[in-house]
Amino acid sequence: MIGLNSLKQISDYEWEIPREVRGDMRVPVRLFATRELLEAAFDDKSIEQAINAATLPGLVGNVIVMPDMHQGYGFPIGGVAATRFPDGVISPGAIGYDINCGVRLLGSSIDYAAITDQLDDLASALNEHCPSGVGSKGALRLSESELNHVCESGSKWALKKGYATEQDLRRTEEGGCLDGADPDKVSDRAKERGRTQLGTLGAGNHFIEVDVVDKVFAEDAAQAMGLREGCLVVQIHCGSRGFGHQICTDYVQELQGAVKRYKITLPDRELVCAPLNSPEGQAYLAAMRCAANFAFANRQILAHAARQAFEAVLAGKTPNWYLHQIYDITHNMGKIETHVVAGERIKVCVHRKGATRAFGPGSPELPDEYQTIGQPVLVPGSMGTASWVLAGTAASMERSFGSSCHGAGRVMSRHQAKREVRGETLRRELEAEGIHVRAGSLPGLAEEAPQAYKNVDAVVETVAGAGIARLVARLKPVAVIKG
Amino acid sequence: MNSHPRAGYREQPHTADWALEVWASDLDGLLQQAARGMYALMQARLTGEPREVYRFEINAPDREIVLVTFLSELLYFTQRDDVGFDQFDLAWAGQQLTATVEGAPIESIAKEIKAVTYHNLAVRETERGLEATIVFDV
Repeated sequence: MIGLNSLKQISDYEWEIPREVRGDMRVPVRLFATRELLEAAFDDKSIEQAINAATLPGLVGNVIVMPDMHQGYGFPIGGVAATRFPDGVISPGAIGYDINCGVRLLGSSIDYAAITDQLDDLASALNEHCPSGVGSKGALRLSESELNHVCESGSKWALKKGYATEQDLRRTEEGGCLDGADPDKVSDRAKERGRTQLGTLGAGNHFIEVDVVDKVFAEDAAQAMGLREGCLVVQIHCGSRGFGHQICTDYVQELQGAVKRYKITLPDRELVCAPLNSPEGQAYLAAMRCAANFAFANRQILAHAARQAFEAVLAGKTPNWYLHQIYDITHNMGKIETHVVAGERIKVCVHRKGATRAFGPGSPELPDEYQTIGQPVLVPGSMGTASWVLAGTAASMERSFGSSCHGAGRVMSRHQAKREVRGETLRRELEAEGIHVRAGSLPGLAEEAPQAYKNVDAVVETVAGAGIARLVARLKPVAVIKG
Repeated sequence: MNSHPRAGYREQPHTADWALEVWASDLDGLLQQAARGMYALMQARLTGEPREVYRFEINAPDREIVLVTFLSELLYFTQRDDVGFDQFDLAWAGQQLTATVEGAPIESIAKEIKAVTYHNLAVRETERGLEATIVFDV
């Protein structure tokens, strides 16, 4: 049984599980957490799952775990693992079913104080313009060839169709399009599910939120991003919908046989994997990139819809109602990147599951305007609590494969949350705090209650304390739209 | 939830997703309980009519694969056709499952299941017959 005494403390914010803790670990695990957050992590299977992740063939450096860690399936949420390219493995379960689930942040120069009377209309308009809820379908019905274009081009497809601007793409991770996507590696079933779901939010923990910039902590970065205290911003959190879920399901199934063929022994079948340079690994990578591009296009269409909603409510009532893109990040993805490991620059496949890319200043992947400040890192809090904008640092490049946290992290099961919180009561409490709520399902709202999550402030304090991100701004919610 | 002593299902605590413990005297029964449990977790309500019947076969080298594939198949039909199932005629022999499932259009679903996972999945032989705990990504 592994306890806190099996761990080596590196600093107030960093701990190590040495390789010797379990015989099948290939690399150590580094956890970014305060003692309090770490002790809480022993309440579920996060630590055991992190150790399981450390058994994947071809790992380099350490398996990294973020302070918002919690138990997932196979791989912990908040986990980062890099495998050597091209002979290390890729594992669909270490990326997740909602491939390229991520967050987009749109900024504005709309003064919150000047439009408080319009907020309720704004919440309704966002709810009408952005389809949400269980099994939601969008206004778009894509032909197979159109869907293939989305798979190959992601946000570039959206730009061509008039749903995006050049700036949107420049301020999206990977420019909103991963190269190497191959629709032929995607099943008919996935395509069938994807055709009607582009431009939809879905349900679960996905949301659109209007926030006000509550406090700026780094003026240089805030200015570069166009964040000003007292102004409105919009967060969009969603992923690749049924299209991505089906792709992951197909390949987790497919790779059950591959692990036997490649004689890979794993502690959990959900971690199934294949070498990156194997036909199975290549096929998954190409299909996963289709889902990633689908998700980039999905958030882009929702951003377009949010702009329409703002225009419908605020045109003529405020001088400038335009929502500019601050950044779009993914927190469930596998990507080929170059990192320094043991003093050597090598190509690796970085699996991030519930972890955000957080590249530091000077990274060639960042647009010119973010070169000196580092990549914006978007950390949504639980509903009704603060969200954070951070920026990547040089230390994140050195110590966490250019990664940081992705949210608050659950502490309470959905079942327990529903038992302890009544959706209607929560909605009233949020409204009393001045947060306008539109929810497709009140029990669904209860599942996402703030008490079901860790304190996001403690999570960001940890990554800032560890130096793998710096604080830029705190956001306060004023309207929430949930499926 | 269902508390029949010979076969049943029960939700187990899980921080972020859903875990379902299922048990039955044989594999056909286990699959059936897993399907009933999955629709119970989703809080799926079916309309009475029209009844719809689906038939399919699954070839699988082990019991865990047939369990995940069977549930994933149902989930796919549910998401594609807005149909839920409440009657199951299943036969598992020689690594092949022959399934005839019957159900009706869905009136409402409270929660969406993204996928059926293999996380720590093992179909175990116990005094109750067969048991397994399935984790769903939600």
